[in-house]
Amino acid sequence: MCDEEKLDAIIVGGGLAGLAAAYVLAKAGKEVVLIERGSRCGNKNMTGGRIYVHSLLSLLGPELLAEAPFERAIVKEQLTMVSETGSMTIDYTDYSFKGIPQSYSVLRSVFDDWLAGKAEEAGAMIVTGIQVDKLIEKNGKIVGIVAVGEEMFANIIIAADGVNSFMAQQAGLRNDLTSCEVGVGVKEVIELPEEVVASRFGLQAGEGAARLFVGVTNGISGGGFLYTNKSSLSLGLVVNPQELSNQQKKLHTLMQDFKMHSAVYPLLEGGKTVEYAAHLVNELGFNGIPPKLYRDGLVVIGDAAGFVINIGSTIRGMDLAIWSGMAVAKAIFEAQTSAEVGPKYMNNIERDIIPTMKVYQGYPKLLKNPRMFMEYPKIANDMMHFMFAVDGSVPKKLPKAMFDIVKNNVGLRSLLSDGWKGVTSLCR
Amino acid sequence: MPVKKLRVEDLLGCNKFNADEKNSHIVIDRAICAKCMNKPCLVACPAVLYTQEDENSEVKFDHLGCLECGTCRIVCHNHGNKGIVKWGYPVGACGISYRYG
Ligand SMILES: Cc1cc2nc3c(=O)[nH]c(=O)nc-3n(C[C@H](O)[C@H](O)[C@H](O)COP(=O)(O)OP(=O)(O)OC[C@H]3O[C@@H](n4cnc5c(N)ncnc54)[C@H](O)[C@@H]3O)c2cc1C
Ligand code: SF4
Ligand code: SF4
Repeated sequence: MCDEEKLDAIIVGGGLAGLAAAYVLAKAGKEVVLIERGSRCGNKNMTGGRIYVHSLLSLLGPELLAEAPFERAIVKEQLTMVSETGSMTIDYTDYSFKGIPQSYSVLRSVFDDWLAGKAEEAGAMIVTGIQVDKLIEKNGKIVGIVAVGEEMFANIIIAADGVNSFMAQQAGLRNDLTSCEVGVGVKEVIELPEEVVASRFGLQAGEGAARLFVGVTNGISGGGFLYTNKSSLSLGLVVNPQELSNQQKKLHTLMQDFKMHSAVYPLLEGGKTVEYAAHLVNELGFNGIPPKLYRDGLVVIGDAAGFVINIGSTIRGMDLAIWSGMAVAKAIFEAQTSAEVGPKYMNNIERDIIPTMKVYQGYPKLLKNPRMFMEYPKIANDMMHFMFAVDGSVPKKLPKAMFDIVKNNVGLRSLLSDGWKGVTSLCR
Repeated sequence: MPVKKLRVEDLLGCNKFNADEKNSHIVIDRAICAKCMNKPCLVACPAVLYTQEDENSEVKFDHLGCLECGTCRIVCHNHGNKGIVKWGYPVGACGISYRYG
């Protein structure tokens, strides 16, 4: 192998992490090849639905950002607590989001393809429909990849191959996933006319809503989500695979029951399901990041590196994926030798991503509490029922009624202990 | 498909697949599956591609319709009998091709 044949970088995977890295590197004149197994970037990818836009803005700048194929700017945040007999929704609109929207709903097949176009315009070479099978190692250093029997060499290989990351596994940087580290997500895309989406959710042109559901997973850790797109809805569930395995209901059935629940169906009525998707998502936050994210000649970014924050009310993987792609590109510019890229990348990550992830470190533990997914949504609904139901009989006094509701559902001791655990896990 | 309770076949029917009729990217060993106690793949696969007619019949797997998520591999290797002896992605540009994502 002579040096002329060696690329500056090979990127494995054309999701948002890989594409962000490709864009920055190519723009600076680096010779970079991105290999994506889908026939186009995006057509193997699915997400819930919304991208927080800060890192994309710093990647592309405001002009390009204005061209991005977003669905709707999210201004309405909703949380619905569901029990068998009722549902209670909190609905919050932040009018300041209208000026500088902080997040947009997106559909990945469309969005990734668009970003791939921008990376290509910047000079990146994007090869699709090809899977990278293996890393090539020489004297303890990763020097290249094998794809469909062909070898390709580069100063640095960037593993951006998503949550299952076989590249990081092959490099010995992480073990295969276990069922406590990930959630499994399923989603239906449901088409509805643009005006119907707007009127059902009380939205003006271009505005969108994001809604989370608790109490819809048959007691399994997890929840439901709904994002409004321009003329469709993204409706889905994320559940813990281990707890899923310990019960009898099929994931597909859970999804259908969720869709047909009286708290959900009226939002979808008259629509048409046009796609059914599934994907894994990292659930451990900071504690799920592998101890080491590089070797000489290789760095790991995006989902492959475990960069996802899920705190129930917000889930952030796409913005962090982009951020990590930018961090590795910066490291490549700063490094004198390929051996320096990894440590410099870690410096950038420690500065840009890790502090935020540490703040939310305690959330996964809090969200593992089984009562969050059945009993608490039921308590909320029982309390609402007490406050609004009038049947002519003499009602209980308020404190007694509330005490009974808590006692019947979880008991006071669990309530206090959960409250305490909640406070401590969030303060850690 | 109109919004209603849908069978998994109907849901998968909405999707675009470039089917690889010949090669399965996931392989199970039926002898190992026969000894699997709780068979978590049956409930966990979102596409319901692992099936068993009744308690005494063997577990069958059909790779067509796979959404390439990886859930079966994890539950099989963590809570099952490790009967999935090969798990990979379909080759070339075969398999699921999301139009929305
Ligand atoms: C149900 C669900 C809901 C979510 N909701 C949100 C949300 O609302 N907001 C948010 O910010 N995040 C959300 N996330 C997380 C977010 O989707 C991910 O964090 C993000 O997509 C990660 O981007 P990535 O580029 O690292 O990986 P991916 O998008 O998975 O990209 C990896 C790419 O690598 C390719 N690839 C893999 N292996 C190979 C190979 N061997 N050779 C060639 N190519 C390969 C794949 O085809 C793919 O294109 C959600 C995730 C799920 C599952
Ligand atoms: S990868 Fe996902 S969709 Fe495919 S068989 Fe496994 S669980 Fe089912
Ligand atoms: S979990 Fe694994 S071993 Fe058990 S039946 Fe399913 S595929 Fe076979």
